[in-house]
Amino acid sequence: MSLDVDSIVVRFADRTVLDSLSFTVASGSITCVLGPSGCGKSTLLRVVAGLLVPDGGRVRIDGVDVTALAPHRRHVGFVFQHDVLFPHLDVGENIAFGLRLARVARAGRAARVGELLELIGLPGYERREVATLSGGEAQRVALARALAPSPKVVLLDEPFGALDRDLHDALVPEVRQLLRALGTTALHVTHDRDEAAVMGDQLITL
Amino acid sequence: MSARRSPLAPPRWLGWSLAIGPLVALALFFVWPLVAIGSRGLRWSAVRHVLADHGVARVAWFTLWQAAVSTAATFVVALPLTAAVSRFAFRGRRLVIALVGVPFVLPTVVVATAISATLPRSWDGTVRAIIVAHVFFNVAVVVRTVGAAWTQLDARYEDAARTLGASRVTAARTIALPLLRGPILAASAIVFLFTFTSFGVVRLLGGPRHPTLEVEIYRRAAQQVDLPAASALGLVQLVAVIAVLALWARAGRRRPPASALRNRPPATRARRPAERSFVFLATTVTMVALALPIARLVERSLAVPGGHGLAWYRSLSSAGRGTTRALRPLAAFRTSLTTAFISCVIATVVGALAALALTYTRRGRGRGLLGAGLMLPLGTSAVTIGLGLFVAFGQAPLDLRGSAIMVPLAHALIGIPFVVRALAPTLQAIDPRLHDAAATLGASRWQTFALIDVPLARRTLIVGAGMAFAVSLGEFGATSFLTRRSTPTVPIAIANLLARPGRGNVGQAQALAVLLAGVVTVVFVVTDRFAEAR
Amino acid sequence: MSSDRIRSTRSHRASIASACVMLAAITTSACSSSGSGGATSALSSASSASGETVTLITHSSFAATDVVIAEFTTKTGIKVEIPKSSSDAGEVLARAILAKGKPEGDVLWGVDNTLLSKAITAGVFTPYTTTALSTLDAGAAALVPGHELTPVDLGDVCVNYDRAAFDTAGKPAAPKTLDDLIKPEYRGQLEVENPQTSSPGLVFFLATVARYGKDGWKDYWTKLKANGVSVVDDWTKAYTVDFSGSTGKGSKPMVVSYASSPVAEVLDVTPPPATSPTASMTDGCFRQVEFAGILKGTKHRKASEQLIDFLVSKSFQEDMPLNMFVSPVVSGATVPDVYKTFTVVPSTPLSLAPSVIAANRDKWVEEWTTLVLR
Repeated sequence: MSLDVDSIVVRFADRTVLDSLSFTVASGSITCVLGPSGCGKSTLLRVVAGLLVPDGGRVRIDGVDVTALAPHRRHVGFVFQHDVLFPHLDVGENIAFGLRLARVARAGRAARVGELLELIGLPGYERREVATLSGGEAQRVALARALAPSPKVVLLDEPFGALDRDLHDALVPEVRQLLRALGTTALHVTHDRDEAAVMGDQLITL
Repeated sequence: MSARRSPLAPPRWLGWSLAIGPLVALALFFVWPLVAIGSRGLRWSAVRHVLADHGVARVAWFTLWQAAVSTAATFVVALPLTAAVSRFAFRGRRLVIALVGVPFVLPTVVVATAISATLPRSWDGTVRAIIVAHVFFNVAVVVRTVGAAWTQLDARYEDAARTLGASRVTAARTIALPLLRGPILAASAIVFLFTFTSFGVVRLLGGPRHPTLEVEIYRRAAQQVDLPAASALGLVQLVAVIAVLALWARAGRRRPPASALRNRPPATRARRPAERSFVFLATTVTMVALALPIARLVERSLAVPGGHGLAWYRSLSSAGRGTTRALRPLAAFRTSLTTAFISCVIATVVGALAALALTYTRRGRGRGLLGAGLMLPLGTSAVTIGLGLFVAFGQAPLDLRGSAIMVPLAHALIGIPFVVRALAPTLQAIDPRLHDAAATLGASRWQTFALIDVPLARRTLIVGAGMAFAVSLGEFGATSFLTRRSTPTVPIAIANLLARPGRGNVGQAQALAVLLAGVVTVVFVVTDRFAEAR
Repeated sequence: MSSDRIRSTRSHRASIASACVMLAAITTSACSSSGSGGATSALSSASSASGETVTLITHSSFAATDVVIAEFTTKTGIKVEIPKSSSDAGEVLARAILAKGKPEGDVLWGVDNTLLSKAITAGVFTPYTTTALSTLDAGAAALVPGHELTPVDLGDVCVNYDRAAFDTAGKPAAPKTLDDLIKPEYRGQLEVENPQTSSPGLVFFLATVARYGKDGWKDYWTKLKANGVSVVDDWTKAYTVDFSGSTGKGSKPMVVSYASSPVAEVLDVTPPPATSPTASMTDGCFRQVEFAGILKGTKHRKASEQLIDFLVSKSFQEDMPLNMFVSPVVSGATVPDVYKTFTVVPSTPLSLAPSVIAANRDKWVEEWTTLVLR
């Protein structure tokens, strides 16, 4: 599942945030986009996810032009900066959300949820309320949720920003390992150079 | 980041097409009756006469002023209890929330005497008595509407403030209440409009020295049978309400910031002594104050010659037996409950559509007009609504005078604002990132609405629908002007009992009112259970 | 799980909405088909009008025994529908005026002499001279020379007092005349209703106008006010709450009510006492006449005429006192003993011509308000 960003242009009112940006993420690899705050990293992710329509350029996934495609058809997972877990669903239901929409049967959902919880190191958390999770746990659940429907591409918007140093240092290689194990193509945005060095196979600076 | 349209934002036409239903309902069942009664009754000579009358200006000013003071007083009294039930879990919390809604529904005519018996005698016929009674009846609106929203508000915002040095009170005042701006404005509008058009309280507790516009309109229409004068005054009242709503719409123009909504009732028990005393005091004092008149009502309903007993309750089914005024209390309850159910369904459907329309339209004059327009029926005289519907639907092609749909329709008009005002702020407060997340997980716009918005808004929708149901149960004014049926609603049956001399009648009226209070409590307990269930 | 529930909630809502539309349609058709009934007039005999239903519009104080009403149906074959009302007389008339030409019912019961002129000038009634005209009280019949309406009952608005508060040691003598009410020994004991908002209140006020004249009443009311008269907005509050002689056991021993109110105080008591705990003054009473009329535009003219005749017939008139606490307007009708015993019949009740009332009432009430309430 390669991701191809081709000459993306995004303008807001008076300024050009992304100026004809192009790069490719090879299938199964992780690309880190590095840059200071406000330089358009999140905007880039939103364009790739389909949450924002660019003023120019194309986005291709596996060679298919998805620029005009609605976000819910793109099968692009998204992990936000602060957990955006659904408050009215518990951990298991959050993770299973995308699976339900994909009409996976109950047994299959339960199995996948269990599998992912194991992978993120939170076994048995299915029925926990999201309001009771710590920051690190919540971000891990958010990641599991994004990965559950086996998306073609996963976008990570500084997901480790809010975590403490120790947790951060533990989590970053774990997530990289997880992504590599699942063979997911990932685009990871951060302002932390060291983090980018650990996570990314490829580095792009904005 | 804001000027661009996200592909997830609903299309421009959606908001306005959702608004069509509510607008049509409003035009057909509110505006047209107003026009109908106006064209029959309004004479320019009468209008000029009314406008030139200083007495009318004084009455109009008093009406506005007492409504404003009553609203403020209601908030002051209701806020401590609202804070307690929103932020703390305690035994009996659910019952408290249900019980607080009871005064709202009780017919004024029965409770007014109980209230004035609880107040000092010197307060009889004073403005103070009016305001106290208004607070009594309307605390429910604030506690249930603002309370439902506050319960759902993520406590972490206030917690953040507290870690920065704010006490619980300061955090509530500076963080929670501004975030609850939507529900607070909504509740205050509703309470203001109710007290503005209040009739029973003003007449029975304020007495002849403190008439409001509503009392004057009623007097001219129903006592002097002077329809031009009544219509002229109705016009004055309408203009005043429109002015108030215009101000209110401007105040509500700024949407409250999106804040995380939580769906669980508060899990925290009050632990610190200060907190425990606060919860205890807020709950006990408020509930006792509300309970006093009701307790007196219950006591009076049990006061039979020779002591206390259930004689009045037992005689309800035989009251007036064999005559045309036979009471048939079960039939009256059946009528009341059926009417309330139908009007609640209408109000919920129309109100939900309207709330969605308000959420999906862009900020602007149109949206303000729609929101304010839907509130108008609350601020319109019951005389006008009742007689207006009577005139508008009293002739071909639509002669619905004998039909059973008229009374629920009138009730729905008054119930719609409750649904809209409970639902709209919640919908508007949903974090748009939740929509983003859902979209990236494969949810289309419809699925996002169904799986995210609906569950998050469900609680407030049910609370709003419950209030609409309660309003219908207790409605008297417009109902009495509308088409008569062979079985009256409970408030009408109560008023009938009180209109004639006879030892038993007052006792029976009180017994019937106590039964109504019981039914309402059950209704609220059940709907609250639905609201909090997963 | 949740999306299934949501889907079913939405379709559930839709099905409720459609059920309501159907319910409305069914009820509408059911109701419009009843009551629009049978043959139109041009029928002269009672039996050929059978199967018709005639609708009697009333105010909230109306009451009649079912058996008596059934008599009418047995005799004429016409059914009577009496929708329950919670309105008082003024509201009923207001609605009739608004529905002019397309009346809600056929016969209207409840116009009183204070509203009579308005009712006639509004032109909502069709004149009909009842066959029982000669039996009607002369004074009452004289009020409607054009027969637009027919008098159906008589009542008197008088000051009622609590017997226990008077005539015993340490208490003043029971009040007898209007002049007594301004005496210092009755200070603060009288409660009246606001003539603006209450029918008995208005009628009592008219009594003082009738007694003291168009200018003299102001002086009387100034003295009443100085003597501590209290004013409330409606009869319910005055009688059932503030009156010490009735259920409310309030603080006022004198209140404006009806000459027949003492009857109500003994009706539900067993065994029936020899005297009522309350009594009515015989002086200062104002005669109130109630009327009924056929609404213009009715589709059941003949049946309505028969109903009017029935309403002034002996059987109905004798049923009225204990149901509505009013006296018959027809000579030859006997009243039940308990009613006769406890209702005073003023020898010379006060009255004013309906046209005088209509012409001056608003102005007088304004003046009264300024004088007494401000």
